[in-house]
Amino acid sequence: MAQKLFKSKTRVLPGFRLTLGYTLLYLSLIVLIPLAAVFWKTSLLTWPQFVQVITSPQALAAYRLSFGASLLAALINSVFGLIVAWVLVRYNFFGKKFVDALVDLPFALPTAVAGITLATLYAPNGWIGQFFEPLGIKISFTRLGVLVALTFIGLPFIVRTVQPILEDFEPEIEEAAASLGANRWQVFWRIIFPTLTPALITGFALAFARALGEYGSVVFISSNIPMKTQIVPLLIMTKLEQFDYPGATALAVVMLVFSFVLLLTINVLQWWANRYNATNLS
Amino acid sequence: MKTLLNIGLVLALAVSANAKEIKLLNVSYDPTRELYQEYNDAFAKYWKTKTGDDVVVAQSHGGSGKQAQSVINGLGADVVTLALAYDIDAIAAQAKLLPANWGEKFPNNSTPYTSTIVFLVRKGNPKNIHNWDDLVKAGTSVVVPNPKTSGGARWAYLAAYAYALETFNHDDAKARAFIKQLYKNVPVLDSGARGSTVTFAQRGIGDVLLAWENEAHLASKEFGADKFDIVTPPLSILAEPPVALVTKNAKKHGTTEVANAYLNYLYSDEGQEIAAKNFYRPRNQAIATKYAANFTQLKLVTIDQEFGGWTKAQATHFADGGVFDQIFQPQN
Repeated sequence: MAQKLFKSKTRVLPGFRLTLGYTLLYLSLIVLIPLAAVFWKTSLLTWPQFVQVITSPQALAAYRLSFGASLLAALINSVFGLIVAWVLVRYNFFGKKFVDALVDLPFALPTAVAGITLATLYAPNGWIGQFFEPLGIKISFTRLGVLVALTFIGLPFIVRTVQPILEDFEPEIEEAAASLGANRWQVFWRIIFPTLTPALITGFALAFARALGEYGSVVFISSNIPMKTQIVPLLIMTKLEQFDYPGATALAVVMLVFSFVLLLTINVLQWWANRYNATNLS
Repeated sequence: MKTLLNIGLVLALAVSANAKEIKLLNVSYDPTRELYQEYNDAFAKYWKTKTGDDVVVAQSHGGSGKQAQSVINGLGADVVTLALAYDIDAIAAQAKLLPANWGEKFPNNSTPYTSTIVFLVRKGNPKNIHNWDDLVKAGTSVVVPNPKTSGGARWAYLAAYAYALETFNHDDAKARAFIKQLYKNVPVLDSGARGSTVTFAQRGIGDVLLAWENEAHLASKEFGADKFDIVTPPLSILAEPPVALVTKNAKKHGTTEVANAYLNYLYSDEGQEIAAKNFYRPRNQAIATKYAANFTQLKLVTIDQEFGGWTKAQATHFADGGVFDQIFQPQN
């Protein structure tokens, strides 16, 4: 009987072929074919041309800004997003539902609207910018502005990945730790934080990836000066507007490969963190 | 509910019994919104009396290069009215939607109106800006869009370059140094003309905005004439924003005749008056004289004279690694 079940091709759960076929078709249409087109367009360039496009000083400066600002924004969000998630899960207070809904705003708001709003607020004559102007700090139209925009759009990713883990956290574990003599700081650092790490890394990766591709909000708050405040997506846009499709896709390929490697690294880290947790807890 | 249905039925009958309703799509660049809003109404009236048909013209606006790209990628424009000939050339070359000699199909190189680049400064002109060489002074902040993404910005760049060539006796090295100095004074490079206008007028950035003549008038009308002055430099460039029939699209939509009439009517007295009222310089001399108060006289150089046409100017100045890119390249 057991042998028969094993050999037969019918699975216990029905619909495997249908859903897998659908998944493959869907992913091909939505993800794989557009990506393949990017690589195909780039292949219109010869190798030396490709190298020249992707290593031009403007491109290098843009990578530095895009990757640097995205990384920094994701880091900032990891710290402050964690605090937001903590507050939303651990405490009850008036208006908590409202604050909770507020976190999703960067998801819902069209990025261009966010960009224009942020640029207006942080401009030297804006509501927030006017307080920084006398200190000699300019936010709109500088790299700092780019960072502000990327931080804004990345916040929900951290909060929404960390929140469910915190909610599922069993109080017994903390109580056990406390009864064994751990102080509050030790409970957080040795018990809670390691459990949160995988979710935090996922959130970080999502926020980082989102920031890398962000265009709409950044073009409004950045001054878009080549070599200074130009992000890679904008450089790609300027190439497109010059009808230089192969050049634009060449930069896109670099972004894709870099992002892929980074996300892969983050996934490996997460896997490692999970394993570490599993062995530690058991 | 029944009455609603009845009304709907009556309306449907009325429309079908009426003359044809023709739809046109005019794909244009950023600052022509107000011009074509007014012109479309005028043309619809003219066409109604002439043929009895209703024309509804839909407008699409955006950066000139981006608009050309949309048409190449399949946006079904019947006519294009863009900021510079190079963008229409791109549609002809890349998508073959119209013949390469589109420029000969309408009078004056298919440019029914012209414009130029002027300065918009803060009220009272506190920095005393009158000519192009005032823009390169230390401490002057100049707002202009990125010539890589904005048609108007390309005209502005070329106007400054033309000034430098005239001033330095066509010494190209000196002209390049001049243009480099100018762009060092630019704090924000927006991607389009409207973006720059907002940066200058609403965010309060910069001492001077390099703008289309019509955009400068519009900005001072929109944000209050008490806030800005328009300064017309003694020399600038004759900007020729061309129009063209996208022959393949029009043929497919069966709109060739009306689309042709739409563009031709721009040259009529009424079309020229509407252009002049919206601060585009009309081609028609009589109407230009009538609206002379709108347009300060200045020396205008053309792109063909100074730069040998768009294809050459594009390759030298705006292509990858061109003069504009070199401005921002670190010194070796």
